[in-house]
Parts: sequence; C-alpha cells; structure tokens
Amino acid sequence: MTITTIDGHRPPRQGRAVTRGRVVRALGEGTFVRLLALTVGLSAALPLGYLVLRAWELGWTQRWEIITDPRTRAVLFDTLTLATAVTVTAVAISLPLAWLTTRTDLPGRRIWVVLTALPLAIPTYVGAFAMIGALGPRGIVQGWLEPLGVDRLPSIYGFGGAFVVLTLFTYPYVLLTVRAGYRRLDPSLEEASRTLGSGSFSTFVRVVVPQLRPSIAAGALLVALYVLSDFGAVSMLRYDTLTRALYVQYRGGLNRNTAAVLGLVLVVLTIAVLAAEQRFRGRESIHRLHGSGARSAMETQLGRWRWLALTGCTLLVLLALVVPMAVIGYWLWRGARVGEPLLPAWDLVANSLAASALGAGLTVVCAWPVAMLTVRSPGRFSRLIERLSWSGYALPGIVVALALVFFGAQRVPWAYQTMGMLVFAYMVLFLPQAIGAIRTSLLQITPSIEEASHLLGSGPIGTFRRIVLPLTRSGVIAGAALVFLTCMKELPATLLLAPTEFGTLATRVWTASNEAFLARAAAPALALVLLSSLPMIVLVLREADRREAQPTGSPRQVQTSNAGSATDDELTLTR
Amino acid sequence: MNTRSRVLAIALGLSLVAAACGSDADTGSSTDTSADTSTPSTDATEGTDAPAEMGTVTVYSGRGEDLVGPLMDLFEEETGIDTEVRYGDSAEMLLLIQEEGDNSPADVYYSQGAGFLGELAATGGLTPLPAEILDQVPAGLRSPGDDWVGLSGRARTAVYNTDELTEADLPDSILDFTDPQWAGRIGYAPTNASFQDHVTAIRALEGEDAARAWLEGLVANGAVPYENNTAILEAVAAGEVSVGLVNHYYLYRFLAEDPDFPVANKFFPNGDAGALVNIAGAGVLATTDQSEGAQALMAFLLSPIAQEYFAAETFEIPVVAGVEPDAELPSIDSLTLPEFDLNQLLDLQGTVDLLTEVGAL
Repeated sequence: MTITTIDGHRPPRQGRAVTRGRVVRALGEGTFVRLLALTVGLSAALPLGYLVLRAWELGWTQRWEIITDPRTRAVLFDTLTLATAVTVTAVAISLPLAWLTTRTDLPGRRIWVVLTALPLAIPTYVGAFAMIGALGPRGIVQGWLEPLGVDRLPSIYGFGGAFVVLTLFTYPYVLLTVRAGYRRLDPSLEEASRTLGSGSFSTFVRVVVPQLRPSIAAGALLVALYVLSDFGAVSMLRYDTLTRALYVQYRGGLNRNTAAVLGLVLVVLTIAVLAAEQRFRGRESIHRLHGSGARSAMETQLGRWRWLALTGCTLLVLLALVVPMAVIGYWLWRGARVGEPLLPAWDLVANSLAASALGAGLTVVCAWPVAMLTVRSPGRFSRLIERLSWSGYALPGIVVALALVFFGAQRVPWAYQTMGMLVFAYMVLFLPQAIGAIRTSLLQITPSIEEASHLLGSGPIGTFRRIVLPLTRSGVIAGAALVFLTCMKELPATLLLAPTEFGTLATRVWTASNEAFLARAAAPALALVLLSSLPMIVLVLREADRREAQPTGSPRQVQTSNAGSATDDELTLTR
Repeated sequence: MNTRSRVLAIALGLSLVAAACGSDADTGSSTDTSADTSTPSTDATEGTDAPAEMGTVTVYSGRGEDLVGPLMDLFEEETGIDTEVRYGDSAEMLLLIQEEGDNSPADVYYSQGAGFLGELAATGGLTPLPAEILDQVPAGLRSPGDDWVGLSGRARTAVYNTDELTEADLPDSILDFTDPQWAGRIGYAPTNASFQDHVTAIRALEGEDAARAWLEGLVANGAVPYENNTAILEAVAAGEVSVGLVNHYYLYRFLAEDPDFPVANKFFPNGDAGALVNIAGAGVLATTDQSEGAQALMAFLLSPIAQEYFAAETFEIPVVAGVEPDAELPSIDSLTLPEFDLNQLLDLQGTVDLLTEVGAL
C-alpha cells in the first residue's frame, strides 16, 4: 500500500501549476522520495567509497596478507567478543530497568527515568578516564579498601574495563528504545495472558519480550555498532579492537592503505551485524492497534522487592553517572586551586550548541526520505539505502572525517572546512539515529489517513504538511535530541573538518587532557555533559508526564487515539 | 501552519543541496581538481582589499593550544600577520595535509616529533627554508633536506615514583629495564609517537638486533602499555607501576598543579640510548601561498622571546644557542647524543612493524 498507487489516481496537472509541489507532482511522490533517499544514501556512503579507493592502492597480495594475518583474525575475534558482551549486557540491564520505570510503583520513578538515561551524555573518552581514576588498580576505590588489606584491585585494563565502560555509557540506547516499546504495548495482551493462568514471569517471557523484539533489536544495533566504532574507551583501557588497530596504523605508521583494508573488514562485520539484527527483529508489526494501546497498563506493586530494585538502580546510577561526574568535579577542584576558571569560554559553548543544533537539523531532514522509503516502499532498493545509511555510524570517526577531507578538499574546496561541511559530517555519522526515530513514528500512521487526505484533494506536500508531519512530531523531536547529544560529544570529525579556530567543548576537553592539563579540561567537560543532558531530560520527562496524564481507556480516547497516540512525545527510536 | 511548511520546504531544499554536494564529490571526475585549485589562489589575490599586505597564515598544529596558543597570539600581535591555528594530533594533522593534497589550506605544519616532519618531507610536502632560519638550529636538530627545523627539545626520561624509589635505584642505561627486578613495574606508551621515535633512534644507535632484544625483553618483563605520557604519569603517581618511559616535560605540568605529586624525572647520562633528545618542530608546506608569513612565523618561533617561552612555560629545552633552559633542566648539549641526528628518525614504518612483531602493539 504505497502512495504511488494513490497518486496514480490523480494524474499530475502539467504546465500551469506553479506551486511548490510541482516537481513532486511531476515526478510522482514515490519517485521524488526515492531520489531524495538515494542522494542521502550516496552521501552516507562516501566513507565507504574512500576506503575502497585507499585499499585499492595496495596490491591484491598485500591486501590478502592483511586480511589473512593471524593478528587481524585475533583482533576481529576480540572485537566481536566485546561487541557481543556489551550488547547482551546492555539488553540485560535495560529490559528490567525499562519495566521498573514504566510499569511499577518504583519509588521516585520520575527521577530514575531521567537518571538512568543520562549516562548517554557522558563521552566514552571522559567516562573511561573517570573509571580508571576510580576503579584502577590503585584508584579511589582501592584507597577505600586499603584498610581492609586490599593492596591493589585487579586490573581494569583490557577486556574487563572496556566492557564495563562501554556498557555503562551505551546501555541507554537500548533502555530508551525498550521504554518506548513498552509504551506501545497493548496491555490487554498481558492481561489476557495473566487471565489464562500464566505467571508474571512467563507472561514477560512469552508475551512481552516477543512484542518488544523490534525495540530491543533497534537499541542493540545502536550499541553494537557503537562498540565497533568506538576509539575513546578501547584506547584508554587498552583493549584491541579493529578500530584501535586502524588508529594505530593511522597514528603510528601513517599507513592509510593498511588502515583502509582494516576499515573494510569492519564494514563486512557491520553487514553481518545488520543481518543478525534483521533476523532478530522478526516481522515488524506495522500500524498500531486501533485504540486499545492508549490504555495505561496496570502498575505492578513491587512490595518488598522495591528495595532490591532501588539498590540496583542506585548502583547503576552511581557507576554510570556519579563516578564520572565526581571525577570531573575533582579535576575542577584541582583546577580551582591553581586559578583555572570554573566556567568554559562562552564561544566554545556557543560553537558546540550551534554546530550540534545544525547537525541535528540536517540529520533529521535527511533522515526523512530514507525513513519514508523504508516504511512505504519496503523492498530491495529501500533495504540497500537503509544499509548504506548505517555505514557512517559504524565506521570510526576518523575514517568518516578523512573521507570527507579527501572529497571535500579535492572536489568542493569552496565548502571545505566550513560549518556546512562539519554539519554534513555529523549527518553522515549519525543519520541512523534519526532514521530510527522517524521510522517508528511513521509506522504508526495508518496509510488510510493519508489516502483520505489525498481523496479530499490535498496534494502530496499538503498531506505531508498537514497529516504526516504533525503525526510524526514526536519521532522527529526524539531523533533530533539524540543526534544533538551525539554531535556534542563528537571529536575526530570536529577536529579535522570544523572551520579553523572553531573550537567546541569536546575539542577543548581533548586538547587540554591530551597535554596533561586535566584541570583545564574539567570546566568544558562539565559544560559538555550538562548541556547535552538538557534536551534529554526535557524529553524523558515529557514522556513520563504524558504517560501519567493518560486517562484509562475512555471511549473518547479510543476514538482519537489513532492520531493522538502518535503525537505523544515519546522517545521512539525503534526502527 | 504556513510558516511551518515554508521552513520545511527550505530545509528540504538545503538537504538537497547538501546531498548534491556529496554526490557530486562521489561521481565527479578527477579532472575538475585542476580547475578547482585555481579558486583558492585567485581568492587569495583578491583578498588584498584588506589593509595588511599578507593574507592569513594557517598552521596545522600537532601541539596543543595550551602549549603554543599564547605564542601564536604573541606572533599576531608583534607582526600584525593574521594567524589561524588548527589544533589536533600530530599524526592526524599530517594525514589531513596528505588527504588535502594540493588544496591544503595549511601553510605551516607544527609537529610534536621529528618522525612526522620527516615523513612529510619525504613525500615532497615541505619547501626548503632560508639559511637565516636554518643556521640558528644545530645541524642534528633539523632536516638534512633543509625543509624543517626543530623549535624546542624534549628529552626522553624515566619517571619514577618517589615514595617507592630514589634516583639511585634506577639503572643508568635504559636498556637495563629488561632486568627481572623491573618485572611488571614499567609503564610505556607503544602507540605514542614520542616512544616510537625513541625506538627508531635505538634501532639506529644500537642496531636492529639490540633494539629488538630490548623490546622483547620489555614485553617479556610485563611492561605495562599506556595510551600516552599523561596516562603513564598518572599511573606512576598512583603506584600502578614504579617507572615510566616518557618525555621529560609532562612531569612539570603535574607539579605545577600539585607540588606534592610523588614523581621525579631521571635523565639518562649522555651517550646512553636513553638520552635521546627529540624535537617539536615545524616546516612550511610546499603548497603554501603565504610563504612570507609562514617564514616570519618560523623565525619568530626561533627568536629569543619564543625560545624563552619554551624554557619557562612548557618546560622544554631551547634549541637556539644562548637561551638557557629552566634551572631544573639540563642544557641541550649535555643531552644530545653526539653521533646521532634526528634525521635517522624517518623509518617510522619499520618501528611500527618491529613493535607489532614483538607484540607491543
């Protein structure tokens, strides 16, 4: 059921129409969306093209040697192990946490809803640094344990540290998608299961989890591919992944060609992960059940178990939020003693906000046609475009940055190292985050509403403006907030592609800490975390409020829910 | 709703333009490169409506803003030449220049180490410097091809935890850290450019076999790899390891923030492979259209005021004769290896291969 067939009933008016919709009508909406999506997909694939180009400069034998080198195989295995472990653990943390914060009487639920999402605002390079300070062999925690005779803690370096840090600072991707998934569940199915005699655990496993699969898959994919491309945590915690090996080639040997071959190995790995996700996701239930979903689920009374739940939440927030913030606070204090300013330079704040806001804007706009395509005309072409759109996200930032340096400086020198270029880089890097969010909202609109609009005489642009856009507002906002937060943290592309002398909070944290001026890194690091938290807090709170304000299954609600449910400001990142 | 639709239309239009740029780049043929290169140069000549004679000098700096930012400001103030600096990692700035090719906006490349400058010079990326700049720097601290110079010296040292050790406990040769008494107690940074330059030097000084044996000994001794010098200093202070192989000046920054920082430097005696002096240096890019301003910057960085800045503010060793280093630091003559010069630091790839073979990377 696509718009093209609908459009086919309304032959395009030729010649005299001087409306904005002329091009759209002339092409037919389907073709227009296809063209836009193709352009976005090709833009996102630029890093891929660059890698192929650089890898091509080596001979077949050299390429083959790198790929079959036992060390490459070992690193590949280590990378897979880390990605799997982090992803599985993130899901294991997020499933109960999402349930606790949406379906139970957990004390202080509103606060937990916010706090458990916030670790996402902490860049892994800051998080890793904090963890080493706190949990290192002779770190702060060891100091506490010293009276108990603990001389040194087991090493945080290697797999353990990388695993802990990456899990703590990426699990909210799964938490957010699963929480949104919970909100869309139809509670009557659970109730039916309970009525038919299933216990709450078996209801959870047999009824809830299968319905949450697309949400779990969407979040897990973001986590897995994040792990593949992360450099900050694995380098500081000294765990060998493909991305680290690739950086070693770039930094030490300056060998772009070897790095490119490793990059292509990473691409193959990404394709495998995407395929695995596709399998796990299963068949997507499109369009929401009419009405019934608007009912709130019953709250589970935790009773005595709430103490266990509270302990778990506290422990998590302590590790993922309090520890890194405390370490930043300690830097700040150290700096204040030697007279470092407590506030970051305002131009850095302004630059960060401006670049991230523009990045979020462009990313959302570019995500539209791709999301539209994958929802309305699924098929081989739309799958190809969707996969291409992931390539920037799954590759290390340095690869994306160098690719855009190469294409930018050689082909569009007038745009090179401008704000536009930087924002474009952000789009290539974070496109999937926005596509996922918009896609979920689109899935919830029944095409019949749009058909009705068409039949009533609205053109494709009018329908988009009056029907589609308002109904997907929540997805757009959620996607934009997530991309904004990620842009704030972004480092490699900003260092290489921003206009010269255009510093951001992230680059300031990096330059200062890299040269051992930790105290000077504290103020911008704190500002970075606080500012990127803000949209997240607002969004998460709005979600929670909306939920609580919902009346339970009144007939009026049922009637309007088809439209109303989709305008809820929820964090819908599900693909 | 009208405004909203307009915003949307504009946004969509912008995305089209942006995306079109992208796909242009994807499909454009290599022949337009030559046409494109003319654009920046004409821009530069048209840009003379500003009162200043010279355009802006663009520096790609592998050295941080905290280290050299004040110097760059001072240069602008003193000469009136506009200067723009992009700060980043030395290796990444070099990659940036290489990927930019003929269209690089950079005029000066300022690197943390000699190895990267050598690499850029080897691919013809740098242009020769005039004698009045070259002559100020001792021969061992500048390029044999006369296209880059060292601007400040950094000695390789061993830092040690002063709660655990005194200087007398440390060996007088860096090669003796393979002794079992140091098992698990040494920190090093195998991915760090300064360490890699040092290994290259040891290969040149002691021979490939000795260098390999030393590295294998370190690895077998359980030497602990860290990401960079800062991490090593923190680890030594925390007692994670007792000794770390680093550049000398990081310590003084920690001491400036915390006078009780329990770490000290051990300088190896002249003649030992441990007593390498590497440089931070710079060269002018072959593609520059601002060679006059770029050379003025180079000359400024060698002037007494800049050299004294290095001694006093970054705790580095001045390279120009007559400027004394900080009282705590040895002078450059007492450290430089007599028959060794930095031009032998070129074989970075060989070092990375060696480090990979012994399992350090």
